[in-house]
Amino acid sequence: MFPLSFALVAAAWEIYKWIGPVDGGSVFGVNVLPRTSDLAMPHVWDMFSRLTEPEVRGNPDSVLHVVAIATWYSFRVALLAFVVGTALGVALAVMMARFRAAERALMPYLVVSQTVPIIVLGPLILSLLAYASRDLATETWIAAVILGVFLAFFPVALGTLRGLKSAQATSLELMDSYAAGWWTTLRKLRFPAAVPFIAPSLRVAGASAVVGVIVSEISLGVKGGVGRKIFAYGQEASSDPAKLYTAVFGAAALGLVMSIIVVAIDRRMMRNRPQEMA
Amino acid sequence: MTPSTTVRVSGVGKVFQVAGGSRVDALVDIDLDIAKGEFVSLIGPSGCGKSTLLRLIADLIQPTGGTVTVNGKSAHQARLDQDYGMAFQQSGLFEWRSVERNIELPLELKGWDKARRRARSREMLELVKLTDFATHMPWQLSGGMQQRVAIARALAAHPELLLMDEPFGALDEMTREHMQAELLRICADTGTTVVFVTHSIPEAVYLADRVVVMSPRPGRITGVVDVGLGRDRTELTREATAFFERVTEVREALRGGDIGAGAQGIIDR
Repeated sequence: MFPLSFALVAAAWEIYKWIGPVDGGSVFGVNVLPRTSDLAMPHVWDMFSRLTEPEVRGNPDSVLHVVAIATWYSFRVALLAFVVGTALGVALAVMMARFRAAERALMPYLVVSQTVPIIVLGPLILSLLAYASRDLATETWIAAVILGVFLAFFPVALGTLRGLKSAQATSLELMDSYAAGWWTTLRKLRFPAAVPFIAPSLRVAGASAVVGVIVSEISLGVKGGVGRKIFAYGQEASSDPAKLYTAVFGAAALGLVMSIIVVAIDRRMMRNRPQEMA
Repeated sequence: MTPSTTVRVSGVGKVFQVAGGSRVDALVDIDLDIAKGEFVSLIGPSGCGKSTLLRLIADLIQPTGGTVTVNGKSAHQARLDQDYGMAFQQSGLFEWRSVERNIELPLELKGWDKARRRARSREMLELVKLTDFATHMPWQLSGGMQQRVAIARALAAHPELLLMDEPFGALDEMTREHMQAELLRICADTGTTVVFVTHSIPEAVYLADRVVVMSPRPGRITGVVDVGLGRDRTELTREATAFFERVTEVREALRGGDIGAGAQGIIDR
């Protein structure tokens, strides 16, 4: 289905470009309709043909090559952010499930943390890294990981906590009757019972990690990342509009691959579970 | 205490503190001895404390006063030693574990190795006649089959005592009668002592050697009916005159246990 839907989107783009006003349209003086000039809306085929052309004049590397390398770089950063964020989220949830006081003390911070725009946090984290060590300040990708983690841990922490609390009273009494301790009960009952809550939260975390990493790459200009390419190509857009979209394709591919991974994890976790849960 | 006593409850009371600081006497002055191999049903209206009494024997809650001993030791020690198995109204099977791995759960917690666990779960599956379903998942089974798995799990460690809290309460009448017969057969095979909580009079009489009748406000034992129908009970037992006489006896004991107080309890709630 994907090739078909992609063709439809491309067709819609081209049709609007064909029938839409070249200079855009305004309603009551407000510009609402986008311009359809080649600068504002390059042809879809130009975006793709641009991929095979050199990235900068005189450089043998094609745009595809450069964007692919940048996307691979961002993918690894996002994957790291996803893994660390998931581990942090699960750890926080276990702590909050173990100690009620921890839940009451932490939860407000966790909620507030998600309302802070990460664009603001980027430079802050970078300067904190610089304080820690001069070497760290040049490794801007670390800041991107931290911001990815910052977005990814939250859904996992909430989902896992809800899941850990979802174990049935009867099952808890049963574990009690076996004289099983808290950690044994966590391992044999609470954690497996939490899986149907954790699995979907991982999907959200995967998407969040990608957003966190790409946004911080743009705002911090992380060298090597596809976010940086979006920013750089965006500045060239007035002369080379199709180029920007090549980087956007890279970021989209990154998000797509990440979602394939988390869906695979989800399926794997939910196999042998009641069908209606899926 | 004679060596043949499996459960001894003496002078036990349980007070629950409810919100607002008021106290509820869930149980007062309970004395009950259950002999090894005996099948005892606890029956009474809601709020009479029959489930509370079962949980006191299981050491899932602690009495406010009095003592509970199981197999000659404190209920607490008996729980640590996994001296009893337990089954509830909901089968409480872990949906992520296959039937055999559900049965092996108590053995896993006892630290048995895999081969030994597997051998025992096979044995238990034969006992509850579910051998063909070992690798099925619980949600692929009917309610009655799930309950049989739960009983197999409760008996997996070969406990001398089986504590059951309305285990057939959620089953339809036909499955229920079938399960009762199965339970009697299993108990006859294993010699297990059973404490069985129910609110069905025929069920209590059909299964038990003794029916302990309880009443609420405060929760207490108001009568004990010796069933005396012998051990070989069949479907014909359900139609025997002696069976109906015992059912009537239990019903009258329940009525004598102050129905008014029971109704009062409902109004108060």
